[in-house]
Amino acid sequence: MIGDGSLERFRREGRIVVVGASLAGLRAAETLRDKGFAGSLTMIGDEPHEPYDRPPLSKQVLLGKAAAERTALPRLRSVDATWRLGVPAAGLDMAARRVRLADGDEVPYDRLLIATGVRAHPWPREAEAQLDGVFVLRTRDDSAALARRLEAGPKRVLVIGAGFTGSEIASACRERGLAVTVAERGAAPLVGALGGVVGAVAAEMQREHGVDLRCGVMVTALEGDASGRVRAAQLSDGSTVETDVVIVSLGATRNTEWLAGSGLGAGPRGIACDAGCRAFDIRGIVTDDIYAAGDVARCPHPLFGYQFLSLEHWGNAVSQARIAAHNMISESTDRIPHMEVPAFWSSQFGVNIKSVGVPSLGTEILISQGSLKDHRFLGVYGYQGRVIGAVAFDHARWLPFYQELIETTAPFPPSFPTVDRRSDGQRPIDADFPDPSVPTHGPTVTLGGYSPADRRMTFTPAH
Amino acid sequence: MTQSLLHQILDHANRANPYPIYEQLRKTPVHHEDGGPYVISTYYEIRSLLHDPRISSDARNLASTARDPLAEPAREESALPPGFLRLDPPEHDRLRRMTNRPFGPPHSPHRVDGMRGELHDIVSGLIDGLGDPGRIDLVEQFSYPFPVTVICRLLGVPREDEARFHTWADTLAASLDPDPDADPTERGKGAHDARMELGMYLAGLIEERRTNPGEDMLSQLATAKGEDGPMTTMELLSTAALLLIAGHETTVNLITNGMLTLLRRPDVLERLRADPRLAVPIVEELLRFEPPVQLVPQRTTLADIEVRGVTIPKGASLWLVLASGNRDPQRFEDPDRFDPDRRDIQHLGLGSGIHSCFGAPLARLETQFALSELARRLENPRLLEDPPPYRQNAVLRGPRHLPIACDGIRP
Ligand SMILES: Cc1cc2nc3c(=O)[nH]c(=O)nc-3n(C[C@H](O)[C@H](O)[C@H](O)COP(=O)(O)OP(=O)(O)OC[C@H]3O[C@@H](n4cnc5c(N)ncnc54)[C@H](O)[C@@H]3O)c2cc1C
Repeated sequence: MIGDGSLERFRREGRIVVVGASLAGLRAAETLRDKGFAGSLTMIGDEPHEPYDRPPLSKQVLLGKAAAERTALPRLRSVDATWRLGVPAAGLDMAARRVRLADGDEVPYDRLLIATGVRAHPWPREAEAQLDGVFVLRTRDDSAALARRLEAGPKRVLVIGAGFTGSEIASACRERGLAVTVAERGAAPLVGALGGVVGAVAAEMQREHGVDLRCGVMVTALEGDASGRVRAAQLSDGSTVETDVVIVSLGATRNTEWLAGSGLGAGPRGIACDAGCRAFDIRGIVTDDIYAAGDVARCPHPLFGYQFLSLEHWGNAVSQARIAAHNMISESTDRIPHMEVPAFWSSQFGVNIKSVGVPSLGTEILISQGSLKDHRFLGVYGYQGRVIGAVAFDHARWLPFYQELIETTAPFPPSFPTVDRRSDGQRPIDADFPDPSVPTHGPTVTLGGYSPADRRMTFTPAH
Repeated sequence: MTQSLLHQILDHANRANPYPIYEQLRKTPVHHEDGGPYVISTYYEIRSLLHDPRISSDARNLASTARDPLAEPAREESALPPGFLRLDPPEHDRLRRMTNRPFGPPHSPHRVDGMRGELHDIVSGLIDGLGDPGRIDLVEQFSYPFPVTVICRLLGVPREDEARFHTWADTLAASLDPDPDADPTERGKGAHDARMELGMYLAGLIEERRTNPGEDMLSQLATAKGEDGPMTTMELLSTAALLLIAGHETTVNLITNGMLTLLRRPDVLERLRADPRLAVPIVEELLRFEPPVQLVPQRTTLADIEVRGVTIPKGASLWLVLASGNRDPQRFEDPDRFDPDRRDIQHLGLGSGIHSCFGAPLARLETQFALSELARRLENPRLLEDPPPYRQNAVLRGPRHLPIACDGIRP
């Protein structure tokens, strides 16, 4: 593609395959067409459904305000693609440029986009995970089944893991008037993402809304009755929770197994790619025809010391999809990097939570507006003397300002007065993130050994 | 010698078309004239200042040295404390939140939408009553009575009191109008009296609603006991007065500017006649193209802040010229073109940040109804005067009268 017209030809009649037909996959396909890609486009997805939206699955759907079947993503334009739904991709031959499907078919490509996302981490003991009444929440089907079960009025719901999804589920259950117990290994809900200072507020919110919140404990076993229905859970503090619905919310695993042995730099932490979403192979060399976007991708971010960030954020999936699509059909000099500042939102217990930047990289926090006590505040996270993230509880309208501080690497703590700076915001304090070697939820990978020969990667599952 | 830009903004001679002055202004995004306010005219700078927590809306933070030709006469004499528009958090947040409870989501998601039938009836009634199609003053006969009637219904003002309400509203709106030729003491006194009378009237109404609550907003505000506790009577009064004034003078201008724009673009008017759903994008583009609030003159800095290399000192008065930002070519393609098919339209017409227009959902719906019904029912409408006579007001800009004619009124 060195100005010999081959790029033009590719844009006209090339073959692009997208694996993962959800948010990132769809938005990439739309962008490809928007930018004039006229060749063939194949969308491969293991779920039988057309692309749908996940955020409502743990909110409106569980509240009975929206049917899980009615969460289809709006189509921004027609994509004129061949859809292969309900069939997982099972392998990749990089040399022959083919994707192998589970049904034995092979789909050739000139350019490939991988957007296979993540899946919920299952309950680690398989027999217990099979009990009737034990759920995870990632897909439309998960959500429909869970909503039906909540509709039936269980006597108690147990949520294992108080990350964003677990907390949202607990919130929806309380709003429905159901008894809820939340068990969290960390010291507070949301502590992995937002630290202990903000986590304490989240804990207060849960308790004020009647959640039986247990922190610093692990669920050690699930028990079923004779008919195979879950009836109780054993906790590490020796207590038992009687429950008929258990939702396992222990974080997610990246959908990269199908790439094993392909030579692509893909593993449990995702697919490593450059800032332009081009995937690396296992030698650390960037490919020119394979791209990754969304939850499955891990990209270096220039603003955050070129750290490879993998983010499970809706907005990140959309923006990476657009960048990847653009770059797939562009001359190398026209390619653009993914520079968006990460942003995330959640809504639980009547509070709108939004963050920008990467709060979890911060070591200190300053409550720059509002107050923790009111559960309405803005917290700024600092890392080595600069602003690295911010979180808003019912204060989202101010976030663009803080995003600018992050983008311009403004000094931390911010020295200026603001409207609504109260007594708890006079000084920065330790943001109180858990020791990273003690996982809260989500699997971790650590490296061990010294010489290159015995250097190994250790995968620690979430539980 | 040429007039300073600040004076040109205020000069009534430029009211019909202030956009060339804004274009001048944008050449220096932070414009400052000797002792006057700092005038911000470019899109991105305005937007970021609207989200900047170092910017206050509370006049008490204004340095006494900041001279501002729009500064209102001393407030102490007025009986009412400032409404939440002129307050900072946390007071602002609390009052706005409480006011929102009976007005919008999450607690009252259907309030505005539930008014559709009523809006339609009011619009129909006003159009039915237009009289001689050969000469209609759209402002007097339509754009003015419509939103005032709506706000009265919303607040729960009895129909028989609506006329008195109109008069007070008129006087108060006029007082926001910095007319250099009018006698300030005279005007100030008129406004003061109107404010007093309105305040007393509202106080009586509130008392009545406390004992005898209905479905209206005033009843709900007067009897609220949410997590924020009750509103004091003074808070209730200033909130009600704010809703009344902010809630209608702006919509009057939006509707009038809208009809004026459409009459200048008969092709778009015809499209709207054929398809009333076009009212939605038309109103959005209108909010960009001819916003009823041209500038926000009531902000001040809590610290020295830097904007585009200029340090604005603490306590300075800021003017954020929304209407100029809306036509910033750095942000919008072909900004001086009215284009209802524009897709990328994140305008500043309703502000942004915590003070973004409280009544936006209602104003949008009112204007959509007004424009689509006028388009549908007026037969061959045309302007009798272009440009029409404008009000003096540089902030709440709009025609004082909009004389039009048509061949007849369709049923
Ligand atoms: C319950 C829930 C609530 C959420 N709420 C929020 C929120 O409030 N705010 C926010 O910012 N984010 C939220 N998110 C996260 C957001 O939904 C994700 O970031 C987003 O969906 C990522 O999109 P994606 O396309 O990268 O991956 P996904 O949406 O996970 O899509 C990947 C698709 O690929 C398919 N796939 C996997 N393997 C294969 C294979 N081998 N072959 C073919 N197809 C395959 C998967 O089945 C899936 O359909 C939420 C997520 C969940 C689950």
